[in-house]
Amino acid sequence: MGMTGRIYRAALCAAAIFTLSIISAGPLRAEAPGLPAPSDPAARGLAIAQESDKRDRGWGDAKADMKMVLTNASGETSERALRFMMLENTDGDGNWSLMTFDKPADIEGTALLTYPHVKEADEQWLYLPTVKRVKRISSANKSGPFVGSEFAFEDFSAQQVGKFTYKWLRDEPCGDRTCHVVERTPQYEDSGYTRQVVWIDTTDYLFRKTDFYDRKDSLIKTLTYQDYKLYDNKFWRPGELAMANHETKKSTRLIWQSYAFHTGLTKDDFSTASLERAR
Amino acid sequence: MAKSSRAAFFAVIAALAPACAHAEDLSLRGTIEPELRLFTQSASSARQKDTDMSVSGELTGKYMWGDGDQSLIVTPFARLDQRDSRRTHWDLREARYGLVMGKWEVRLGFDKVFWGVTEAVHLVDVINQTDIIEDPVKQEARLGQPMLRIRTTQDFGTFDAFLLPYFRERDFPGINGRPAYDIPVDMDLTRYESSRKERHIDGAFRYSHHLGDIDFGVGYFQGTNRDPILTPALSSGGDLVLSPYYAQMKQASIDAQATKGAWLYKFEGYWRRELDREYEAATGGVEYTFYGALGTEGDVGVVAEYALDSRGLMARDPYENDGFLALRWTANDEASTSFLGGAVVDAETGAMGFRFKGERRLSDDYRLSAEAYFFGNVPRPDPIYSIADDNYLQFRIARFF
Repeated sequence: MGMTGRIYRAALCAAAIFTLSIISAGPLRAEAPGLPAPSDPAARGLAIAQESDKRDRGWGDAKADMKMVLTNASGETSERALRFMMLENTDGDGNWSLMTFDKPADIEGTALLTYPHVKEADEQWLYLPTVKRVKRISSANKSGPFVGSEFAFEDFSAQQVGKFTYKWLRDEPCGDRTCHVVERTPQYEDSGYTRQVVWIDTTDYLFRKTDFYDRKDSLIKTLTYQDYKLYDNKFWRPGELAMANHETKKSTRLIWQSYAFHTGLTKDDFSTASLERAR
Repeated sequence: MAKSSRAAFFAVIAALAPACAHAEDLSLRGTIEPELRLFTQSASSARQKDTDMSVSGELTGKYMWGDGDQSLIVTPFARLDQRDSRRTHWDLREARYGLVMGKWEVRLGFDKVFWGVTEAVHLVDVINQTDIIEDPVKQEARLGQPMLRIRTTQDFGTFDAFLLPYFRERDFPGINGRPAYDIPVDMDLTRYESSRKERHIDGAFRYSHHLGDIDFGVGYFQGTNRDPILTPALSSGGDLVLSPYYAQMKQASIDAQATKGAWLYKFEGYWRRELDREYEAATGGVEYTFYGALGTEGDVGVVAEYALDSRGLMARDPYENDGFLALRWTANDEASTSFLGGAVVDAETGAMGFRFKGERRLSDDYRLSAEAYFFGNVPRPDPIYSIADDNYLQFRIARFF
């Protein structure tokens, strides 16, 4: 091979490396590094879920207020108001949470403490303020409606990566972004779903939409995540979650307000004893 | 309520009042709940009527400061009753100061404490006096108890120590009251074993913890038994009445629950020493919930429990050898509709009691509840014989503000 050949080859290599670096540099910002190829949809789906989980690490603890607006088929609404305390759990078993009802008035002060687990059953305690009683409750109620809303208990409690198996389906535009479309199948007992299809954007790895398929594998509910805001320059949280039930035509909106991170909460604030404290 | 304890209490509140000067975290909530009771049988006394109207109100003032670590909660409760002057009563359900310091917690004042796990009978729950005129059959209402409570929550469990400086006497229906004992209780004839009477200082201790799917508690109480011994006596007017006698007792108790999927297994038991006698009582059972029962969004729960008392029919507690069965349906709808049907059968006497309860929210601020209590096949020796002719329906509408 002559000189020209060598230069030609070097140029070609440089071009190739350059091109490769562009391709990989793009995904370095957008797609996770080393995301498995589309030819292995299970590994790719899992990696997308793990990346989404990883990008949200380090928030420590948080407090937030939530307003829940229930709308029935004829358009009538009723409201619930709750306060949340959350503690990040980095061992993969899921974050601890303590929610307290402010509305409706007849259950004001009722509180629910949850220690989720991936392998064993979640641990849950309910505090009943009128009788000052802390009750350990069964966490087998996964598919039942949460306080009459279109959200099931599992829509809150089962969000850890390890609770599902995954299958990447495709990438497609979602709003002004591109989304990985991933199917996830619940691996925990008592789920009301055969599968869920989630849209996770390729830029920030945020959930944009979830389709829920019931036990007969028909599309029953769709959840959309709206008004994402960046807190502490690092953590994205949706301002509103809207769940539409396609069968009953009822819907529930969760409106999140006054998010605060690193508020100094510790495990002591999530003990069964702490349930009895004034909040 | 005695004047001295009330005065002591207002002194505490007055001492804390400066903290309330900048009330930025003050909340005030309340309930007003009219009630109608209809009795379906003819009364055993001409003074008892077949209908009763009544209204109750409760107000909760809550003030929190120091990032929520300090709190002051005051909850007065009152009821006005058309027929029974005894049922027209008021109580400080809560009036307490609370302080949280990391793993430690202190509470001072009138407060309510619940011990136990079972649904039908609450055996080990000894701190508060039962408000029997508020809830004569199920007996779940409690009077506020003055106390100093110190709690610490460690990795190996929660410890509670209670100092109970003042005893709250049980309230009983008056001569017009219904349901009521056939012979009225005369609270002017109350006697105590302790010479300090209601000023006897009681103490209690509890350790509780959870390990995996087991939750358990061990308790100890020493002081005035909340449950009086009723003996026939003559009132100052010469009428036959019942005189309450409050003995001193020591109680050691255990309560435990195992949560296995949709199954709950529950047990409570105590050992007591009172008036140089020892006795034991235990209760336990299972609870199972069918989630999404019959293809609906509702749940059906089944509770089966049994209660046993070593005193047998001599027990003052009516549940000395009794089985309970209850069915609970929760619709999980927007109105939180629920129905409960329960039965109790005394294995010794064959006496039966039935309870039905339905509830639903009418709007965000109103809740309707209907209850029915019926007794059947109650022989004379059974402890509930006296109220067996007081079957009743009860309707309540609560307004929250």
